[in-house]
Amino acid sequence: MTGRDLDPALLRLLGTDEPEIDCDECFAKLDRYVELELAGAPADTHIPGLRAHLVGCPACAEEHESLRALLELDSVS
Amino acid sequence: MAAPDTNPDVSALAAAPGLEDWHLDLRAQGTRREEAVGHLHALLLRAARFEVFRRRGSLPQLSSAELDELAHDAAGDAAISVLRRLGDFRGESSFRTWAYKFALLEASVKVRRRAWRDREVTLEPERWEDVAYAGPGPDDDAETAALHEAVREGIRTALTPKQRQVLVAVVLEGVPIDVLAERLGSNRNALYKMLHDARRRLRAHVAASGYLEET
Repeated sequence: MTGRDLDPALLRLLGTDEPEIDCDECFAKLDRYVELELAGAPADTHIPGLRAHLVGCPACAEEHESLRALLELDSVS
Repeated sequence: MAAPDTNPDVSALAAAPGLEDWHLDLRAQGTRREEAVGHLHALLLRAARFEVFRRRGSLPQLSSAELDELAHDAAGDAAISVLRRLGDFRGESSFRTWAYKFALLEASVKVRRRAWRDREVTLEPERWEDVAYAGPGPDDDAETAALHEAVREGIRTALTPKQRQVLVAVVLEGVPIDVLAERLGSNRNALYKMLHDARRRLRAHVAASGYLEET
């Protein structure tokens, strides 16, 4: 069994061995990452390690979701 | 880690240049700066309200006025952070997006801490077996059951007490990392590094037991 095959509960416990950035670096790069995503650009190529961090860190993942949702709201209002 | 590069792809998202120039006045003096600070505060309050009301389900005891007060507090703290860190803004995103993230961070941390204010957090690392780690279910096969047992053994034997404490609280009890950081007198980044190290040790233990291939 590989890390990718694990059920979600075990994945939260074990994480993955993909390279990832830490919370501080995630915060520093989150604004650019979300703008890249919304522009349809390859955000994970431009900013490697951020996606893996969002998988492992629920708090940063919430803030990523919120920033993305807020910008999407701005774009239609 | 690759160095940040310029990104022409986001130009369509940014407001027209003239509309975003106001933030340059945050470095000015007098009336121009006061107006820019007022503009900044309005922007941050919009983001903080968005976040607080988006997460209001975790704060059912608070009235709309109390939620709004929380948003105002978050916007005020975010304004202090933004003004202190203006030199960090490199123009790699729009200023609006850059500023928003400070308000969302402040608001989300305040919501999580408020939601957990009166809740107990298991801080004794040896209590981990009491918390909700379900382990294998009745329909799991022998390999899955053995994998779960290897994980349990790894939590018990491969981690330091501190690593076990953080892993159990954040992953098994669902304690927000900011709440745990506050109670342990630490910070999010330090605890996340500890969580990351704990996961790596646990994976190595489970892989050594033959139940997980390291990719």
